[in-house]
Amino acid sequence: MPLINVREALRKAMDEEMERDPSVILMGEEVAQYNGAYKVSQGLLEKYGPERVIDTPISEEGFTGIGIGASMVGLRPIIEWMTCNFSIQAMDQVINNAAKMKYMSGGQFSIPVVFRGPNGPAEYLAAQHSQALQSIYTHVPGLKVCAPSTPYDAKGLLKTAIRDDNPVIFLEAELMYSHKGEVPDEEYLIPFGQAAKRTEGKDVTVVGFSQTMRVVEEAVEGLSTQGIEVDLIDLRTLRPLDEEAVYSSVKKTNRLVVVDESWPVASVGSWLSWKVSKDCFDWLDAPTELVSMEDIPMPYNHTLELATQPSVEKIQAAVKKVLYI
Amino acid sequence: MAEEVVMLALSPTMESGTIVKWHKKEGDSIETGQILCEVETDKATMEYESVNEGTLLKIMVKEGEEASVGQTIAIAGEEGEDISAFADKSAEQPADLSAEEPVEVAEVKEEISEEKKEETVSVGEKLPKGVKASPLARKLALEKSVDLKAVTGSGPGGRIIRKDIETARAKPEGFVTVPEGTTKAVSVGTATVSAGIVRVQAQKTEDEEIPVSQKRRVIAQRLSESKFTAPHYYLTTVVAVDDLVMARKQLNKKREDKISLNAFLIKLTAEALRRNPMVNSSFRGDTIIKFGRADIALAVAQPDGLITPVVRDCWNRGIIDIDEELKSLIEKALSNKLKPVEYSDSTFTISNLGSFGIHEFTAIVNPPNSAILAVGEIKREPVADEDDTVVFKSNMHITLSCDHRVVDGAIGARFLKDLKEFMESPIKALY
Repeated sequence: MPLINVREALRKAMDEEMERDPSVILMGEEVAQYNGAYKVSQGLLEKYGPERVIDTPISEEGFTGIGIGASMVGLRPIIEWMTCNFSIQAMDQVINNAAKMKYMSGGQFSIPVVFRGPNGPAEYLAAQHSQALQSIYTHVPGLKVCAPSTPYDAKGLLKTAIRDDNPVIFLEAELMYSHKGEVPDEEYLIPFGQAAKRTEGKDVTVVGFSQTMRVVEEAVEGLSTQGIEVDLIDLRTLRPLDEEAVYSSVKKTNRLVVVDESWPVASVGSWLSWKVSKDCFDWLDAPTELVSMEDIPMPYNHTLELATQPSVEKIQAAVKKVLYI
Repeated sequence: MAEEVVMLALSPTMESGTIVKWHKKEGDSIETGQILCEVETDKATMEYESVNEGTLLKIMVKEGEEASVGQTIAIAGEEGEDISAFADKSAEQPADLSAEEPVEVAEVKEEISEEKKEETVSVGEKLPKGVKASPLARKLALEKSVDLKAVTGSGPGGRIIRKDIETARAKPEGFVTVPEGTTKAVSVGTATVSAGIVRVQAQKTEDEEIPVSQKRRVIAQRLSESKFTAPHYYLTTVVAVDDLVMARKQLNKKREDKISLNAFLIKLTAEALRRNPMVNSSFRGDTIIKFGRADIALAVAQPDGLITPVVRDCWNRGIIDIDEELKSLIEKALSNKLKPVEYSDSTFTISNLGSFGIHEFTAIVNPPNSAILAVGEIKREPVADEDDTVVFKSNMHITLSCDHRVVDGAIGARFLKDLKEFMESPIKALY
């Protein structure tokens, strides 16, 4: 199977869908002439022309709103946010229009739009440009949220997102674009709401998603050399959330560590922890541990920046805590 | 962080303990596992091992004083730590699980609370308070009938976790290994004589250890409680049931669905209770409840225990009606489908072992009742009639067990006399 990186996988997904369906368009800052700020859209302008691959001014609220409007009248826009930090500018459009239009129009309008871009910290980007906003978007009813961690999932989920008739927030990560993985040439789709089991283990359930899975997998490998077998779940989509995959694992291992790189208060991770505490109460042998971003703005200093994020050490410590060792 | 040192349950049944001696004094450093004090429990004087480390900052319960399980007996922490937040803790008593409400309220209220209490016990969800255990450990303890109070927790702060329940199962306390030979003697095999000693070479039968089910636990608890707290006495009489058998035959002649003898027994018992209300009562310590209803339970054997479904309101119901309900209750009992409301809160109980060929027996009063009727088989027996001629009668031996705190001998005897009359001549129940 060909080994490609996340950047190429996303590009292939968009390319295939644009070729399949002429109503799919791509719009965003520097997606056309410059081939994308992170080169995800490389070659698409050349192939599909300026009517379908459109450069926008630096105005997130404007082009996000245009994308929503276009989706109401028959197009399937992919809106690229240069980073999710900038999407904060467009949050009124996303939360008030995209998420609610179907509901408030009594089902008359569908909003088949995808908002995609890098989310979460990269390096040396400081407080305003290192934010992991999955919890904010997952909070909103009416939105679907994808957070893949591999090239295979990135491609399969993005194709599903483009075909979905609802607004989808598609979370990528700057450091993830160059991560490589096997992706078949033939077409496939990955349905929403299906988590992936990365390793089978009987001792403890660890749940992660998106770019943090790299760190989680390293932690899990280290634990396996110490004889600790982790049942590792990659959520892949945050809304819909595959609770059943987590529940069945927790019922087997009786303990859970959730890794979510957003801030801990009112986050995807704390939501999942509550769900488990409620629905798996009688199966828990230890309180669930949450490994998250520290509850502070991201420091610029690199040592502090690393110390603020979930790390191999933090995850391993959490696993040992729920195992009482 | 300063922490409270609480009284632990040092025996499975301990509810409070008296501090006999403090081995550490305030200001002493303490380590996990060191003896803090000696506690006199309901069984013996036990050593209290510390689960804390640091300094014993304050002793809250002095030598010779008593503390309930869960009550703070001392404060431990770092030397010099401020413990003013704990100052009033010693006065706080943990909520008493078993405390009965003082009975001052109307009878109806009392009955309701009794019903609630019974239901809680029967569904077996009552968990010991003041015991720290993970949800999983609690569930496993219930399933495996492990007493959490008797388990030492190995988790943080003494939390009982799955591992602790598993090891508690592996080494049950008080389990006595049957010495070699005892089992051998039971099963018979080839006997050989050597040096004057009979050696029995038998197939070895393994002892089987069965976990106590929640139902068995409730049966054990309730019946022990009854037998140990209610002073029982027993009254036996012989009843000639020829007329009753005849009455039943006549009723059943035109029926496909035969009315059981138990339905007759229940109805006639209800009538005897109506005339002797003290037998239809419950002892509550400061008061006695005289029930305003005759809800009669019948003991039904199940494969895994015993249950007493209740036929309600027997004063106001006919025999056919009673029989119908009884049949449906027994069917549910045998398929384990009875709801708590269907087997709790009776006012009197009947246990009939006649079908097993039991001639007569004594039963244990089924709380909250004050009496239970034990019914033996119907047997043809020679009896001397008025002219001293021997005649044969269909006799039934019935025994009333009474709680003497409520039912005095003469009261029990009068009830039994009435019941005997009704059974010998059912028409009298209508008088």
